[in-house]
Amino acid sequence: MTVLWLIPFLPLLSATLMLLSAGRMPRYLAAWLGVGSIGLAAVCVALVARAYLADYQVQELTLWTWMSIDNFTPRIAFRVDGLTVVMMSVITGVGFLIHLYSVEFMWEDESICRYFAYMNLFVAAMLLLVMADNLLLLYLGWEGVGACSYLLVGFWYRDPDNGRAARKAFIVTRIGDTAMALGLFLLFTELGTLDIQPLMAAANDRWQIGDTLPILATALLLGGALGKSAQLPLHTWLPDAMAGPTPVSALIHAATMVTAGVYLIARLYELFLLAPPTLAVIAWIGLLTLLLAAFTALAQKDIKRILAYSTISQIGYMFLALGVGAFASSIFHLVTHAFFKALLFLAAGAVIHCLHHEHNIFRMGGLRTRLPVVFLSFLIGSAALAALPFSSGFFSKEGILLSAWTQPGIGPWLWAGGLLGALLTSIYSFRLVFIVFFGETQTEPDRQPGWQMAVPLIVLCVLSLVGGWFVLPLSGVLPDPGHEPVSHLVEYISIGTPLLGLTIAYLLYLGRQVSIASLMASPAGAAVQSFWYGGAHIDKLYHLLLVRPFTGLAHWWRNEPVDLLYNALVWMTRWGHGRLVVLQTGELRWYATSMVFGLLLLLAIVLRDSA
Amino acid sequence: MSMVVLIGLLLIGGVIAWWTERINSDWPRWVALATVSAALLYLLRIAASLSLESFELVPDPHDGASWLLHLKLAWIPRFGINFELAMDGLSLLLVALTLLLGLIAIASSWSEIDFKTGFFQANLLWTLAGVCGVFLALDLFLFFLFWEVMLIPMYLLIAIWGHENSGYAAMKFFIFTQFSGLLMLLSIVVLAWQGAATNGLLSFSYFDLLGLPLEGPLAWVTMLGFFIAFTVKLPGFPFHTWLPDAHTQAPTAGSVLLAGILLKTGAYGLLRFCIPLFPDISAQFAPVAMGLGAAGVIYGAILAFGQTDFKRLVAYSSVSHMGFVLLGLYAWNTLALQGAVMQMVAHGVSTAALFMLAGSLQQRLHTRDMRQMGGLWHQAPRMGACAMFFALASLGLPGLGNFVAEFLILLGLFAVQPWLCAVAALGLISAAIYALWMMQQTFQGEPDTDRQMRDFNGREMLAMTTMIVALIGLGLYPQPVLDLVQPTLDALQHEVRSDFIRAVATTSAAQ
Repeated sequence: MTVLWLIPFLPLLSATLMLLSAGRMPRYLAAWLGVGSIGLAAVCVALVARAYLADYQVQELTLWTWMSIDNFTPRIAFRVDGLTVVMMSVITGVGFLIHLYSVEFMWEDESICRYFAYMNLFVAAMLLLVMADNLLLLYLGWEGVGACSYLLVGFWYRDPDNGRAARKAFIVTRIGDTAMALGLFLLFTELGTLDIQPLMAAANDRWQIGDTLPILATALLLGGALGKSAQLPLHTWLPDAMAGPTPVSALIHAATMVTAGVYLIARLYELFLLAPPTLAVIAWIGLLTLLLAAFTALAQKDIKRILAYSTISQIGYMFLALGVGAFASSIFHLVTHAFFKALLFLAAGAVIHCLHHEHNIFRMGGLRTRLPVVFLSFLIGSAALAALPFSSGFFSKEGILLSAWTQPGIGPWLWAGGLLGALLTSIYSFRLVFIVFFGETQTEPDRQPGWQMAVPLIVLCVLSLVGGWFVLPLSGVLPDPGHEPVSHLVEYISIGTPLLGLTIAYLLYLGRQVSIASLMASPAGAAVQSFWYGGAHIDKLYHLLLVRPFTGLAHWWRNEPVDLLYNALVWMTRWGHGRLVVLQTGELRWYATSMVFGLLLLLAIVLRDSA
Repeated sequence: MSMVVLIGLLLIGGVIAWWTERINSDWPRWVALATVSAALLYLLRIAASLSLESFELVPDPHDGASWLLHLKLAWIPRFGINFELAMDGLSLLLVALTLLLGLIAIASSWSEIDFKTGFFQANLLWTLAGVCGVFLALDLFLFFLFWEVMLIPMYLLIAIWGHENSGYAAMKFFIFTQFSGLLMLLSIVVLAWQGAATNGLLSFSYFDLLGLPLEGPLAWVTMLGFFIAFTVKLPGFPFHTWLPDAHTQAPTAGSVLLAGILLKTGAYGLLRFCIPLFPDISAQFAPVAMGLGAAGVIYGAILAFGQTDFKRLVAYSSVSHMGFVLLGLYAWNTLALQGAVMQMVAHGVSTAALFMLAGSLQQRLHTRDMRQMGGLWHQAPRMGACAMFFALASLGLPGLGNFVAEFLILLGLFAVQPWLCAVAALGLISAAIYALWMMQQTFQGEPDTDRQMRDFNGREMLAMTTMIVALIGLGLYPQPVLDLVQPTLDALQHEVRSDFIRAVATTSAAQ
């Protein structure tokens, strides 16, 4: 008897119960259900993982045939291999910690039941996404997590700004999803199946490397991945999505959902290997995104926005790794990133929670002694994010950088770009630490985090430290050519860069050796600051090019232009009526005269014809 | 005879409901509820009495005897007009949908209609009878009769119980449908005449008229008569403009019936009559029809976003969703056709629910203007949750029936017209835009804490729950519905030459 089906079912059941209770469920019961269901799911995942690690046997389970029309027979079926085990462990493991943390964070909210319902629903959908054995079920999970993300970003619905952020998140990702749907249509039309394994086999049979069709199909799928994983040019929704409760940002917008795009590409890697141009595009998009987001993070003031841009940037690294074919390295970074970014978000949440919902880092400061647990968490999280030696992020990022270096041709460029990103990452991470936790106290915390918040933080601290030594069971599932031995110089530079960043951050923000204020005061400095503060004005560009024309068109057309045509008909009828009604005078002499004239006319015609 | 009983039950139930108003103004509601429930149970009994194998048999389009049910009585023998009814899986599905949504319509009118309740329920039941007749009639003259029977009570529903501008809306609805119905009548007569010329026997029977060799301009005009009649009803771009007015002004039950089932008669007509009767011409015409479908998808979605009136927004979303049906029907492969049928059912349910919500809001707030709403979740969380569910259904969230429908349509369409499919897929994005904007303007945002508003009561929640369960069922296990209509689609696809698709593809390539 397999427990596989229980894994998504448990969170789904608990979400359904909470939704059916319509908010009448007592909050402690909602909390127990919400956390407990994820905990039980995590236990089931552990059982599945143990079974998998024993013999590396892929587990499959078909629940029912979703629909069957001709040869289109997608099933509700799961397939669990090493990649899925890794993803499930992250989702339920980190998910459990974040749910536990949420109990305290959301305890005073009147809608805590709705919160846990949405969160559990999200976990269920995310699990379906990674467990699906066919692309249609994967798409169900894919859209499901998007909907839950929408519901949770707009959780505090009273503020229209939250609603705007939620809609933006959904619509921008939907643009990518629509491309992905077209990709599914293309794959099914050409290959006759959407089941992932047969699909990849068929693709390898029928297509050669570099054919047009695999390039087109992977490009369309890439659209979906870019939207979900907030990569250029569809990244603009993620910073705004920070409007949701902070644990939501930790789970959905850092640890799990936003990495779905990475998962998709890794899952279909055989298909992507048939399309080298797509892979190259992925690598370049990853590089551009990671640089752009790192620069932007450096200029932000809101603690959550900094972390959001850093998420975009780190996923950029994962895309870079995918693009150079280092699929396992990418997943490795996904895992360590899930640990340290969840940690950072939860720690940021603790700061916000204890500081009366303050988000601006310049109104924080000196929290090192006031919130020691949070400080420790932030320090460890930032070290891992900056990839300081021996943190988890160090191992995963090194792998990516060295894989990029060994890429033939463009390798050194990708490596240099990644290295610049690593430098920036280190600067903005420690800028955050130094401003928030050192210096003078700006705002006094009014409470200390309780155990429900502290325990997840400590567990995640440990994971962020030791996560680099984990060996993921990906051999045989994902190819990772590894990288050829590189010269020690390259290695030393890669290791040294984050330390350099740390030093720069120290000099700028703590040692005050270089006055950042005077730098900012200069016109050039202010212009650069405002350019990056606005996220390189990409939002403004989209607003001008897409949003304004669409809303303008809808406004212009709102009174139904097609009706002008029918109204013209009505008008012509009325006009004709107006002209003809003159004839109906009711005067006998007028009728008699017209009859005589008519008769004369007819006679004239007849006589002319006979003549 | 069972089909006659079914329709007769609804007609007589209407008369009784009207009559009982003299006793008590509450009675007509109960009579209507009892009548439609009885009709639904009777339909289920009919279906249960048929053997399981008969549902798998492909109904021969030239022989009514091979259908699930068939009845042929002489009516006006001199003109070859018969009282001919027949039921296959498709008709069974649509009649069941009609009766189910009939119940929903009665539930939604329960406390809304407070004058002339008897005549209201009578019109409602007669509309249902007309729609059932349309789905069952296989004699074209009889079909036209039922087409008119469903029109007039609907006109009265809008004109008498409608809102502030109901006279205009009812008249617009009447003229559009009546004029296009007239075109169809002319086409029917021409078709029968052609049939007489070919077969030497004047007949209006579908079974006799199918497969006539039709060519030339006359055939084109005849086909267009049918097409326009059905597309007006669907409604397809650019014949849709009566719909937003009619929906906005109609009482809730009227909107539920209009969106839920009356629109489906247009889709049914295209599928059953227009394409099979004129296969060759339809194949040549398909790119135009599909172009109109895609235009409707996009145009409806843009206009839906521009609306401030809740009901107008939902009405334009119907235009958008029905564009998908037009695309699916003219793509004419199994996937797309199944998708189109599924869309008829799923859209019927989801839009009926949205109109019921709109009606409840109007009843409570006395406005449909969304600018005067906002934050309603605070006052009415159950309504908010239902609205959120149906908004997500409407934008095609996987796991719900509407997704299955639109995915199948686009999947089928991609095989014949990939570029058009890409254009129509933009509808998925714009659907998200208007559906979420609707939620923002009504249930989200800052609540007006002075506002008093009652949440859904048990009766309303029961209606909503039925529709929620139906959509989840259709979304996760649509197979029973697919299996029910598959033999019909097989038969129609066999009738319309299998190279229709190739013809569609080549015509589009040539253009």
